[in-house]
Amino acid sequence: MAISRTRARLARGPVALTAIAATALLALTACAPGGNAPVANDVEVSTELTTDDVVLTIADETGFPLTDELAAEFTKQYPNVTFNVTRDTFQNLTAAAPKLLASDTPPDLIRLPTIGDTVQDGLIANLDPWAEAYGWDKWSEAQLAPLRVNEDGVRGSGSLYQLGLGYSITGIYMNKTLAAQLGIDEVPTTIAELEDDLAAAKAAGILPIMAGDLDGVVNFVVQAAMNQYNDPNEMMDWILNVPGATYDTPGNVKGADLVRSWADKGYFPSDINAIDYASFVSRFQAGEGLFTFNGNWAAADTQAKMGDNVDFFLVPTAEEGGKHVAMGAANSFSVAAGSKHLNEIVYFLNWIHTDPTARQIVTDVTGAAPGGDPAQEQPTVEAGSLIEKALEMSAVIGAENGQVDFMANATAGIYAGSIIPESQLLVTGQITGQEFVTRVQDFYAQELAG
Amino acid sequence: MTSPIAPRRAAAKAAARRGTLSGWVFVIPALIAYGTFVIYPLVLGIQYSFYKWNGVGPSEFVGLKNYIRVFTDPTLLASIGNAFVLIAFFTLIPVSAGLVLATLIRSMKPGPFSSLSQTILFLPQIIPLAAAGIAWSWMYAQTGAINQVLNAVGLGALARPWLGDFQTALPAVGLIGSWVLTGLCTVLFLTGIGKIDQSLYEAVRLDGASWWREFITITIPGLRQEIAVLVTITIIAALSSFDIIYTTTLGGPGRATLVPGISIYRIGFTQSNVGLASAFGIVLMILVLACVLPIQRLARASSK
Repeated sequence: MAISRTRARLARGPVALTAIAATALLALTACAPGGNAPVANDVEVSTELTTDDVVLTIADETGFPLTDELAAEFTKQYPNVTFNVTRDTFQNLTAAAPKLLASDTPPDLIRLPTIGDTVQDGLIANLDPWAEAYGWDKWSEAQLAPLRVNEDGVRGSGSLYQLGLGYSITGIYMNKTLAAQLGIDEVPTTIAELEDDLAAAKAAGILPIMAGDLDGVVNFVVQAAMNQYNDPNEMMDWILNVPGATYDTPGNVKGADLVRSWADKGYFPSDINAIDYASFVSRFQAGEGLFTFNGNWAAADTQAKMGDNVDFFLVPTAEEGGKHVAMGAANSFSVAAGSKHLNEIVYFLNWIHTDPTARQIVTDVTGAAPGGDPAQEQPTVEAGSLIEKALEMSAVIGAENGQVDFMANATAGIYAGSIIPESQLLVTGQITGQEFVTRVQDFYAQELAG
Repeated sequence: MTSPIAPRRAAAKAAARRGTLSGWVFVIPALIAYGTFVIYPLVLGIQYSFYKWNGVGPSEFVGLKNYIRVFTDPTLLASIGNAFVLIAFFTLIPVSAGLVLATLIRSMKPGPFSSLSQTILFLPQIIPLAAAGIAWSWMYAQTGAINQVLNAVGLGALARPWLGDFQTALPAVGLIGSWVLTGLCTVLFLTGIGKIDQSLYEAVRLDGASWWREFITITIPGLRQEIAVLVTITIIAALSSFDIIYTTTLGGPGRATLVPGISIYRIGFTQSNVGLASAFGIVLMILVLACVLPIQRLARASSK
C-alpha cells in the first residue's frame, strides 16, 4: 500500500511538472497575444437613409436617458430604423469599451469618454468622409477639436473620431433660501467674494459646500479652483496628452492649496469621503449646503426639486473682470469601426445635430446646447430657468474661449488610480496642494509610459 | 515459492490497470472542463504577464518587467498589506466565533430555538456579497443605523462616517466579511461536532471536566479537519476579496482599503494594462498558495 502510493506520487509528480512546463513553454513561445484588430468595413459614404429595416445598437451609460428619447423620436420619423440601447455604469462601460468594440458584433454607437488606444487599435471609425459629405465644417470647430485625434494618437487635431450629444458646462449651484438667511443677495463674482460667502455660512452653522468624494466628484471643486489660476490651454494640453505638457504648474498647486484650506476650515461635509455623486446631489437638493459644484446635466432635476430657490452661475474668476474658465466637454460618442451600419448611424448623428425636434430634446434632457451649426436656430427654453442660465453660461465660456475638458478624462486609469485617492487625502487635510499635483503627474507619466 | 504468487500478482496488476483506464474515462469530462476553464486561462495569464499589452492591439515582450513593478510599486505592495489585515477579520474572527457559537448551539436542547439560531446565523451566507456591501454601507453612513444607535445610547462622540474615515474604513469593511463568514463557520462546525463520538464527552464529564476543558480536549481536536478547511477558504476569501470593497469604498478613502482584487481589476480593465494585471494576479495566486498549502500540510500531518 505504502509502496504503491509512493510510486504513484513519484509517477504523478514528473508527469504533471512536464505537462505544465510544456504548456507554459508552448504558450510563451507561441505568437504574442493580440494584434488582431477588426478590419474596418469598407463602405461607400452615403447621406441618404436606407429604406431597409435596420436595428442600430447603442451602448450608453446608466442615468443618462438622452439616447433613449432621441432613438424613440428617430424611429417615429423613420419607422424602418429601430434601436437597441444597452446601458452600464460609467466605470463598467469605460472598462469594457475596448473589448466591446473589438468584438465581432460591436455596438454601432458607443459612449466613449476616453479614447485611449482605440484609434491606434483601429476600433473606432474615422468620421472625416462623412464630415465632408454632410458639411460639418460649418459646425463650431472649438467643440469638434477635442474630438479629433492626429496620427501620433494625440487628441485636439487631426481626423474626427467622435461627436458630442450635448455639450456640458459646469458651475456653482447656490441655495437661495440659505443665501437670503445669510444676507447674500448676489452671486459672488470673484474668488475672494466666494470665500467671504463660505466664511459667512460656516459662521452661521450652515454647511458652506456640499460635495462628495467617495467616487471623486469633489474634483469638480478642485479643478474649478485650479482653472481660475491657470492658462486653460496648458490644462487642455495636459488632458489631450500633448507631449511635454505637465500638471505640475503653479496655478494647479495654488488651486489645490485653496481647496486644502477650505478643507482645513471645515467648509466640506465631515463625511465627504463616504458621499457619492447621487448622495451629494440629493442632499443639496434637500437643502443641505449653501453651494455645490456641478454641471448643467443636473439643472433640470435640481429645478424640479428646488423650484426657484436655486441659482446656477459660472465659477467666479480670481480677479474682478477676469476671463471665465469652466470645465465642459462633449458627451462624446464614437462609431465602431466594425459597425455594419456606418451610413445609418452617422445619419442618426447628423440628424441629432440638425433636426429641430432632436435639438430640442438634447436641450430639454441634458440642459446643454445641442452643438452643430451655430447659425441654426437654438432650442427654446423657459425664461429664467436653470437651463436658460446654463445656455447663457455656455455662451459666455464660448465667447471667452474658456472651456477645458475634465481632468478625469486625461487617461483611462487616472481618475480611479490617482485623482480620486489623492483628492480624498487633499479634502481631509492630509496632503498639500503640491503633493496632490506631484502625485497625479507621476501617475500620469507612468500610465502614458505603459 | 514465488511461482504461485506471480500469476495472482499479474492478474491484480491487470485489474488495477483496467481500473485505472476506466477511472480516466470517468475523469475525462471533468478534466476537459477543468482544462478549458482553469488550466488554459491560467497558462494564458502566465503568458500575458510577460507582455506589455492593452488587451486588443499589438503586444510587446517585456520579460520580468511587470513582476519587478509588482514588487517595487508601493501602491501595489500596500494593497497586499491590506489583504493580510483582512485575514484577521475574514479568518480569525469568524473561525473563533463559529467555534464558540457552534458549541453553544450544541449545548442547547434541540428544538425550534436552536434551529432558528442556526438559520439566522447562516442567513448572511445566502446574501450576495455585493448586496451585503451596499446594505452595510448604508448602516455605516453618517446618518446610518450604527451612528443612530451610538447617539441613542449617549456615545454620539464615537459616531463617524465609518467607511469614509481613514482609521476605521479597513476594519469596517473587514467586519462585513466577519458577518458573512461567521454563519458558514458555525454551520460547518455544528456538523463536525455531530460526528464527534459522544462517549468521549461522557468520559470527560465523568472525570469532572468543566465546559472549557471539554472544549479544549474534545471539541477542538475533533474539529481539526473542519478548522483546516475553514481557515483555508476564509484566507482565500480575504486575499482575493473584491465585491465587498467594490460596493462600499472602492478602495478609499485614499488607498486605505485598496486590496489586490481592486488593483488588478483597475489595472487590467480601466487602465487596459493586461500584462501588469496578469503579473499581479499570478503573484496573488502564489501568495494564496503560500498561505494555504502549509495549513493543508499541517492538517494532514496532525490527522495521521
